[in-house]
Amino acid sequence: MTPSLIIRFTVDSVLDNQPVQAPGFVIRFIESMGGTTVLSRNIWICSITVVTAQALNGVFAFIRGKCTATGSANIARHLKDTLYDHLQHMPYNYHVKAQTGDLIQRCTSDVETVRRFLDGQMVEMFRTIFIVTFSMIIMSNINGFLTLMSLLLIPFIFLFSFFYFKKIRAAFTLVDEKEGELQAALQENLSGVRVVRAFGRERYEVDKFENKSSQFRDLNLKLIGHMAKFWGLSDGLCFVQVGIVLMLGIYLVTKGELSLGSLIVFYTYVSMFVFPLRQLARVLSDMGRMGVSMGRIYEIINTPAETDTPGAQAYPLAGDIVFNNVSFGYDKDKPVLNKLSFTIKQGETIAILGGTGSGKSTIMHLLLRLYDYTDGSITINGHELRDVEKNHLRSHVGMVLQEPFLYSKTIEENLLMARHDATHDDIVTATRTAAVHEVIEEFESRYDTLVGEKGVTLSGGQKQRVAIARTLLRDSDVLIFDDSLSAVDTETDAKIRFALKQRRKGVTTFIISQRITTLMQADRIFVIENGSLADSGTHDELLSREGLYKRVWNIQNMLEDEFESEVTA
Amino acid sequence: MSGYEEQEYTKNIDVRMWIKIIKMMSRYRREMILLTISMILLSLTDTMYPRMNKYAIDTFIAEGDFNGFPVFVAIYMLLIASSTFFIYYFIRLSGKLESFVVYLMRQIGFNRLQELSFSYYDKTPVGWIMARMTSDAQRIGDIISWGLQDLIYGFAFMIFILINMFTINVKLSLIIVAVFPVLVVVSFYFQKIILKNHRAVRKFNSKITGAYNEGINGARTTKALTREELNFGEFKELSGGMRKASIRAAVISSIYTPIVIALGSVSVGLILWFGGVEYQNALISFGTFSVFIAYAIQIYEPVQQIAGVFSEFQSAQAAAERTIQLIETEPDIVDKEEIIAVYGDSVNPKPENWPPINGEIEFKHVDFNYKTGEKVLEDFNLHVKAGERIALVGETGAGKSTIVNLICRFYEPTGGQILIDGVDYRERSQIWLRSNLGYVLQTPHLFSGTVAENIRYAKMDATDEEVREAAKTVRAYDFIMNLGNGFDTEVGEGGNRLSTGQRQLVSFARAIIANPRIFVLDEATSSVDTETERMIQQAVDIVLSGRTSFIVAHRLSTIRSCDRILLIHDGKIMEAGNHKQLIKLRGAYYNLYTNQFMQEAENRILNERF
Repeated sequence: MTPSLIIRFTVDSVLDNQPVQAPGFVIRFIESMGGTTVLSRNIWICSITVVTAQALNGVFAFIRGKCTATGSANIARHLKDTLYDHLQHMPYNYHVKAQTGDLIQRCTSDVETVRRFLDGQMVEMFRTIFIVTFSMIIMSNINGFLTLMSLLLIPFIFLFSFFYFKKIRAAFTLVDEKEGELQAALQENLSGVRVVRAFGRERYEVDKFENKSSQFRDLNLKLIGHMAKFWGLSDGLCFVQVGIVLMLGIYLVTKGELSLGSLIVFYTYVSMFVFPLRQLARVLSDMGRMGVSMGRIYEIINTPAETDTPGAQAYPLAGDIVFNNVSFGYDKDKPVLNKLSFTIKQGETIAILGGTGSGKSTIMHLLLRLYDYTDGSITINGHELRDVEKNHLRSHVGMVLQEPFLYSKTIEENLLMARHDATHDDIVTATRTAAVHEVIEEFESRYDTLVGEKGVTLSGGQKQRVAIARTLLRDSDVLIFDDSLSAVDTETDAKIRFALKQRRKGVTTFIISQRITTLMQADRIFVIENGSLADSGTHDELLSREGLYKRVWNIQNMLEDEFESEVTA
Repeated sequence: MSGYEEQEYTKNIDVRMWIKIIKMMSRYRREMILLTISMILLSLTDTMYPRMNKYAIDTFIAEGDFNGFPVFVAIYMLLIASSTFFIYYFIRLSGKLESFVVYLMRQIGFNRLQELSFSYYDKTPVGWIMARMTSDAQRIGDIISWGLQDLIYGFAFMIFILINMFTINVKLSLIIVAVFPVLVVVSFYFQKIILKNHRAVRKFNSKITGAYNEGINGARTTKALTREELNFGEFKELSGGMRKASIRAAVISSIYTPIVIALGSVSVGLILWFGGVEYQNALISFGTFSVFIAYAIQIYEPVQQIAGVFSEFQSAQAAAERTIQLIETEPDIVDKEEIIAVYGDSVNPKPENWPPINGEIEFKHVDFNYKTGEKVLEDFNLHVKAGERIALVGETGAGKSTIVNLICRFYEPTGGQILIDGVDYRERSQIWLRSNLGYVLQTPHLFSGTVAENIRYAKMDATDEEVREAAKTVRAYDFIMNLGNGFDTEVGEGGNRLSTGQRQLVSFARAIIANPRIFVLDEATSSVDTETERMIQQAVDIVLSGRTSFIVAHRLSTIRSCDRILLIHDGKIMEAGNHKQLIKLRGAYYNLYTNQFMQEAENRILNERF
């Protein structure tokens, strides 16, 4: 704002020889320099001062820009980090139900809304208030009446902007929603392209899309109509305000109540603050939005994360596993496990057979404490599971999920996720055991092959085998294969199980499967029905008595009979 | 994840492509011309204000001559009114142009997407197409309307200021113009860097979105591997990178603006100096002096604006290129013109000219290879009588789906012919074939809407009675009536409010409502519960009876009911015959299906309810 004052000084005192209107120290300074007459002979000094003042202004603007950007970027980063970390420590159940799209939106666009508010709008708000206050002080020192007149339309402009922006925001929400619908329609058409083609419904689809697209267009037009009215009218009002100051100023100057330089100051200041004031109204009407975003972010942060039982320790976990009267249900009134009890010796291989929903996977989830058992006790090596640190437990109990997730990294990086200091030899040993080494070697970039959309799409069986290798890289005391051979063909399945047997010493192993050939060589086979242990024993023992296991096993023979009868019939 | 990735940008402005786009917009010529005129008039109005001030100072203040004051006020008010009007008008026009251009791009794109062959969809991810049709189309609309408008305004404003200045005082004008080149260079340089930095930020942003996506989807695996801390470490690198990039972008912007202002103040300073001296020597009036101070500040705005628009154009160019690329992709499968003349096309079908179809299909020396060069069929021969039921079995990738896709003419043979009722199907239109074709996919795709709407999809003019009959025929009626609103129940996006089995039954009803002669069924491999399995089985039997049908089969019961089973291996028929004959053979079919049967039986026993 100083440059305008210097221009005014130049115009009035230097060029027009009027008395200097300035704080005492400025006048003393100017007089010590030789007074305005010296300056009027060397106007370049004023010019230099203007440029210097403006340059200083620039430096401050730069510092301000840098500080707010740094601050808001730091806050945004902190929010993002907190969200990511927190999401990772959410209980297993949270992620089973999680809506990925919604969560991502909260973590990205909502954080962005907050950042933008802090970076641009908030600073702009303070700046506007600051400018208005200072302009007022300086202007009212020059001429009180004109200052008052400079503010004549301000309340109108402000209220007009505030309410119009609310209206525009509402129209904007409508457009946003329509855009979402349009995208959904497009997405649906693209994913159903085969059906569209097969039934020759191109015309119908084009009409449907045209309908949505034109609705979007019309709503957008409406929004822009509001904006056009707003910008047009509010600009008009602002110009009128500037015009009023100009007219009155001219009048005052001719009456000798105002200097010409002061008129320029007024003119410049009014032009300088009416437009930002209109913006200020916009910021205020936007505040609600940022509050909503903050709320959505904190909803995630305030969801309790997983914690360890106080006093939990990292006990050694090589030992027997004992389930004693364990009951559990995902919903309170629907028990999945019913007073389950069994003891497993260290190093045993246990196969688990059971139908969908019998509770076999649940047993494994409890063992990893992905869910917390409510009744009974589970101990490993004599330590109650609740008293073991979760991280320690999970890094010693390796589990391969039924539908394993591979990160969009290279195969090697995916494997290293289990143990980042593994050597290439370790990796190959693991992949050989999982019978996937040859498959990987066939890819063009071998272990450096990217997995996922941007790279090679692995088949279900290949994914499962990579996941098995990944888990094997870690020296686990307990290994769990939760139906993780389901997409692997029978031959490879046998190969993997053989290799596993060669390798494990003292590692307790669980194999869950619906395929009987996968199970039959285990030390013991558990048959789970309706959340309890219906039967257990070796293959031969189970075959010696009637039951689910025997019935499943008999299919082999039934098959032969059936085909014979069909062919001969 | 690639859907989130920011694409690379090209360097230079490709004029030819923009001309292409402008040509496409020719129907909005009127709006464009009006926009240009209103922007020119607006800029003219805006440059008038300083002149008005000059007049006021020179006439009223300096000379004390108030004769013209009422006229002056009137003109001033008129100027404000015209500003208000033009601002309103140009925003409306630009908005209209933007909305219609986006609409047009999407229409053209969507129409093209309906024509493009499956070979296009095979190699183009849905996310890529989505991005072209949504954000890129919007980008083009924005740059054509708002970008163009900024450009016109900027240039016009600059020219008017120059004219005003030079008519008032040449010497002072030259002083202002002297600083000008520096400003232009600085502006273009900075706008380029600013844009580059913004891209870097966006790139980080898409990476972070990807990381969240992976973090959330992979959370369960992360837990099992206890990778929380390490993943967090990797994420922190990304978020730190983004932090750095966004600070950098902001810092560069906040260097640029002060530099422009400082450069502006150099002009002001120079005018103050030279103008001041001239004023002292009474060479210029005070009004002139003040108007030059105003212009010295004002002229810097349009330069910034123009530089900004140019760099925007550069970044929008990539969007435009990709969208044009989509629009200009030629479909592989098109009907000949003389055939469209008789049969019509999918947009304007002429069913009155269609010959009836019997359903006899013959593959004659058919070769087929995908665009990637992968050879699937070679000299494939097959004759299917009308009404015959054919099962295709074999390993994944053996060519079963290809055969089915060729029958549907989703692909065309690269060699040889496919005859329907003895005529090469390329001699008839796609819409003719498809209107006689029933098609049920492995994973049935329903559209959001009601059950009835979905069934009616294959026959738009079907009566409610026909819809009910179709549902009854495939035994879907009872479950549909048990849904909340019967046939008016919403199925949700992709049919996700129905179970897989229910979706399959609805898709059967949809497939038979038009009473097609040829039926193609890609059987689902996923297991459903025994009850649904039985219902689907019944439905399949009913649906297929009396129609020429091809089934990519996985279930023994389906296969058994077929007239002929073809065991496909490496694109060739390895074994053929009915179930009994093939079992007797004890060959590949026998081996394949003893395994399969065992699995089915095991699952059945395990999942029986006691």
